Amino acid sequence: MELRVLKRRLEIGKRIDDFLDNVSESGLLFKLGVDSFLKGNFESFEKKLEDITHTEKQGDSLRRSLEEQLYVQTLIPESRGDVLELLENMDALLDRFKGAMWRFEIERPAITAELHNDVRDLVACVVEAVEAMVRSARAFFKDIAAVADHMHKVSYWEKQSDKVSTQLQRNIFRQEDLRLSHKLQLRDFVIHIDHIADQAEDVADQMSIYVIKRSL
Amino acid sequence: MFAFFISSGLFLGWSLGANDASNVFGTAVGSKMINFRTAAIYCSIFLILGAVISGQGATHTLGKLGSVNAIAGAFIVALSAGMSVYLMTKARYPVSTSQAIVGAIVGWNFFSGSPTDYNSLTKIVTTWMVCPLLSAVIAIVIYKLVVYFISTIKLHMFTQDIFIRYGLLLVGAFGSYSLGANNIANVMGVFVPLSPFSDISFFGWFNLSSAQQLFFIGAVAIAVGVFTYSKRVMTTVGEGIFKLSPVAAFVVVFAHSVVLFLFASQRLQHLLMQLGLPPIPLVPVSSSQAIVGAVIGVGLLKGGRGIRWRTLGGITSSWVVAPVIAAIISFISLFFLQNVFEQEVYQSAKYGLEPQAVVKIKKSQISLKTLEQLFVMTKELAR
Repeated sequence: MELRVLKRRLEIGKRIDDFLDNVSESGLLFKLGVDSFLKGNFESFEKKLEDITHTEKQGDSLRRSLEEQLYVQTLIPESRGDVLELLENMDALLDRFKGAMWRFEIERPAITAELHNDVRDLVACVVEAVEAMVRSARAFFKDIAAVADHMHKVSYWEKQSDKVSTQLQRNIFRQEDLRLSHKLQLRDFVIHIDHIADQAEDVADQMSIYVIKRSL
Repeated sequence: MFAFFISSGLFLGWSLGANDASNVFGTAVGSKMINFRTAAIYCSIFLILGAVISGQGATHTLGKLGSVNAIAGAFIVALSAGMSVYLMTKARYPVSTSQAIVGAIVGWNFFSGSPTDYNSLTKIVTTWMVCPLLSAVIAIVIYKLVVYFISTIKLHMFTQDIFIRYGLLLVGAFGSYSLGANNIANVMGVFVPLSPFSDISFFGWFNLSSAQQLFFIGAVAIAVGVFTYSKRVMTTVGEGIFKLSPVAAFVVVFAHSVVLFLFASQRLQHLLMQLGLPPIPLVPVSSSQAIVGAVIGVGLLKGGRGIRWRTLGGITSSWVVAPVIAAIISFISLFFLQNVFEQEVYQSAKYGLEPQAVVKIKKSQISLKTLEQLFVMTKELAR
């Protein structure tokens, strides 16, 4: 009986890992999708959009089943609320990536070639921030002492993405051949993408409280 | 008639089960790490085992303090202890059954004119003082070890959860055993010299002495207290008075259980004596104070913030106030039972010296002034 219970606990641990894999994967898909979009390869972009939608669905169903298991089996009662909140926040990051991809698909913004590198940089910083957040979350479950190290990197990449975003917005508005409406649309895109890193930092801030609560 | 008189002891046992089981399983049940039914079953089984197997040691010490020699007297002693616990708990004063029963026995000693063995009394009171301190020290050591273990092997949160659950169940079982072994003396100790039972042998495999049969009955009363009333107390302990993380709860219950076991185990005492070390006195101590001591130990490790020092003040004064109140209640109740209900609450014991002894005393040229001391010594030897 004890072995069965232990096996069940290990399974839940694996499912959480799978869920975090989904969040991480969505960041990579977003990066590849934006790259395809900038190259004008819409077929590849559509494929990435399809993949990220599938990943988001998987993540949602994993999160729901994990929440159910945590409550039905009354697992980790003292940290259950924190874990559920963390899973929901991580799921929200995944949703943000998907939302940004759909926005590209719906609005098809005309991003001028001079801005491509900056956009790629911004996406890279945002994806790094979320990756660091995923590593923090993994450490929260497996090695609480290592969480602070990863959380520091979330803040670092968030600051980097702020810098790139500010520069990018400056470059957008300094382009004289664009109409104001076009500039405003591109600025919204930049803010939307940069906001993902801000959100990752918010999740990290909340997690620092969970860590204090769990510290021995 | 014995069945009626023993009822006060059973009531005391019931209240002990209702209150003190929460010290062992309270945090685990309150924090939903273990469900109440599982906790109550484990608690009852191990409590009964502890009482029957290891209950003799602390009972012997209480017997040395004062041997109640009439069943009506034993009834009043147990009832007075129960009443003082009830009254002082109502007045929100931290009190333990151990302190109340000692006071009630001393009250009987005063009423019956029996001498109180001040050596035993000093030993008992000193042990009460040492109990929370020792519990705090043990909790600090265990906590350090647990933290080292967890941070070294880096368990996944869910694997750690299962280890802590089984750990809580294990230390809860150990705590229940220790509680039964240490505190059964409070419940049944005064009835032991008056037990009507005779020893029973089970197919020659093992014997159950008359005292052990009494302990079994007392332990069943404690178990009834656990099942009928402790759930509410456990929920309060788990959620209110001291909110501990499951790891800290494991440490606190473990430290408490070790302390109660140390003050109850005759085997350990014999082992220490064989090794030439000073023996640990076998004295019924307060389970709640052992828990508070352990919580303070863990609290000190975390920087001492959030420790309610007023609780310590309450504990310190309870070492004096609780026995004094129980002694007064016991004295007054004995007076009423003897004079209003005309019950024999003690048998007068007369002590004398054999003529040969008197001759020997005279030959040895021992001063007659010291004869009074000899009377006391003779009585102790007879006991």
